[in-house]
Amino acid sequence: MKRFTAWRRRPWAGYAVVLVALATTGVVYAGFSPKADTAEASNSAAAAQDMANGKQLFNQNCSSCHGLNAQGTKDEKGRQIAPSLIGVGAASVDFQVSTGRMPAMNPGAQMPRKKPVEVFRNPKNVADVAAYVQSLGGGPTIPAPEQVDPEKGDVALGGKLFRTNCAQCHNFAGSGGALTGGKYAPPLDESTPTQIYEAMLTGPYAMPLFNDTTLTPEAKRAIIAYVVQTREEPNPGGNGLGRIGPVAEGIAGWTVGMGLLVLAAMWITARKPKKQHD
Amino acid sequence: MTDNNEIEGSQEPKATGGTDGGEGRAPKRVIGTPPPAGERQLIASDEGPPADRPGVEFDERSARKAERVVATFFLLAFLGSLAFIVYFIGFSGRDGGMHGIHRARESNYALGSAMTVAFLGIAMGVTVWVRRVMTTQPLVQQRSELATPPEEKQGFTDSFLQGAEETGLTKRPLLRRTLLLAVAPLGLAPLLLLRDLGPLPEKRLRHTFWGEAAKAAQRSGKKGVRLLVDGTETPLKASDFNSPGGIITVIPEGVEKTHEPLNEIAKAAVLLINIPADKFKPVKGRENWHINGIVAYSKICTHVGCPAALYEQTTHHILCPCHQSTFDATNGAKVLFGPAARPLPQLPISVDDEGYLVATADFPEPIGPSFWERG
Repeated sequence: MKRFTAWRRRPWAGYAVVLVALATTGVVYAGFSPKADTAEASNSAAAAQDMANGKQLFNQNCSSCHGLNAQGTKDEKGRQIAPSLIGVGAASVDFQVSTGRMPAMNPGAQMPRKKPVEVFRNPKNVADVAAYVQSLGGGPTIPAPEQVDPEKGDVALGGKLFRTNCAQCHNFAGSGGALTGGKYAPPLDESTPTQIYEAMLTGPYAMPLFNDTTLTPEAKRAIIAYVVQTREEPNPGGNGLGRIGPVAEGIAGWTVGMGLLVLAAMWITARKPKKQHD
Repeated sequence: MTDNNEIEGSQEPKATGGTDGGEGRAPKRVIGTPPPAGERQLIASDEGPPADRPGVEFDERSARKAERVVATFFLLAFLGSLAFIVYFIGFSGRDGGMHGIHRARESNYALGSAMTVAFLGIAMGVTVWVRRVMTTQPLVQQRSELATPPEEKQGFTDSFLQGAEETGLTKRPLLRRTLLLAVAPLGLAPLLLLRDLGPLPEKRLRHTFWGEAAKAAQRSGKKGVRLLVDGTETPLKASDFNSPGGIITVIPEGVEKTHEPLNEIAKAAVLLINIPADKFKPVKGRENWHINGIVAYSKICTHVGCPAALYEQTTHHILCPCHQSTFDATNGAKVLFGPAARPLPQLPISVDDEGYLVATADFPEPIGPSFWERG
């Protein structure tokens, strides 16, 4: 007992205890997690409540366009108003709702990113409605936080993949760009890592998709790491002008610089007072 | 030149000098040349004749005010230079000199701003000084005849000939001819530089690495060369690239090991697209060039060679970012809009025994923009 007390007072003892406690928790968790189904079953009452909440949110916010059964709606000429949500998966719902694109105010060529509506500013509600849509027909699920951690991505690989597969629309620095018919590829400066992953996985709107067997989760994480690192880089020399490229920056610099020079020249050569007594 | 002008000036009749001269001058003016110097002031010419020139009368009070402004600018410039020195010695130079690249930005900003203030302060001060404190008066400068007088011309000719005589250039033809011989190749040398505009592309623009790689693979009994995802360099199975609306940039397997990989990739880059099978209309004669809607087009625009890869999965259009050429991916990349003259070349693809996507041959036509010998 005495020896234990002495050991206990060593400076690193506290850290060791925390480490052991963490390891124990991890092992216990790992032991339980494969039995997620049983765990959920024991938790079924809460799960059912979440699902009911998700269904209610869906009926209130989504069903007016997507239909009460998420089957999609068409106008009288048979043109699609809103697509079916069966099989789009939780990833798609989480992307659309958390970026504020859905519920849409008015369906147009481009759904701009906006602040989510009041009810969906609570992440729990987003998760519930995503889980409800997931239950309708499966589909891609929301990536785990570890899957989208920019710290763990290979930035060099991400840069290569981004430049060959994403930069054509989103610009090499993720500043976005124009498409046809009023559509545009949005800038990536506000997208969260999870949203970037979900966009690649589900291909929202005109964006092509990159499933996990084409671009592996590691490749996606690399791309996320590149996007996050690039947008966090400082702009040497002041305003980056949206990083739309050297031509645009050059024109701005030339116009402003030349304009200033012309103004300076006009000022210098403007009329001077003449001598009082000539 | 200045000396010459002075000589010329002194030769002018003195009567034309003075501010309001010009009467004594014969109006010998050639059409198209500016009026003689006497009629026009060369300096401060934009102010017109002093009598009718509008302008602010010089006012001592406002001059005194301007003086203070100028002094303020000069003081500002002084503070700017002082700040430069203080920062340079006190901060930028601490720890025995530069403190590394991570502080370079901060140091550049500080030193640059200080120097800007110093120089701009002096410039603004001087400008205000000239504009508000100095007065102007018309100045007249005589312009001399441009042509050299005949006696001077004769003098030059004489001394030139005398020099030629003294060097013996006229007397000794051997020296003259060998010197010319020595100089002639130097004159011709620039013509040889034109050679470096070549070599001509010959047939290299007609084929890409897909062709030779596919042939090499088929010689060793395979169905074709595998498509690698550009970046991860991994082969792709048709069953993995199975989501309609998907795209990926692919390059031929083994292209990294070629003599000039970047040149080869620049020609061989391919955009692989998965088009929903019900939307896809294969071009006649190319019915087996796709796998259930998976189709491969050259990524190099046929207009001027930009990477045409903006694919809209809703419209199935491929756009080129440079000049907005639009291609229909469902229909052999036919041109829908824009300056491109031809569809994007299509790569014939298939699936090998293990299920990987392979290219069975090269593009049927040269990729990219038109070139002289393309025909």
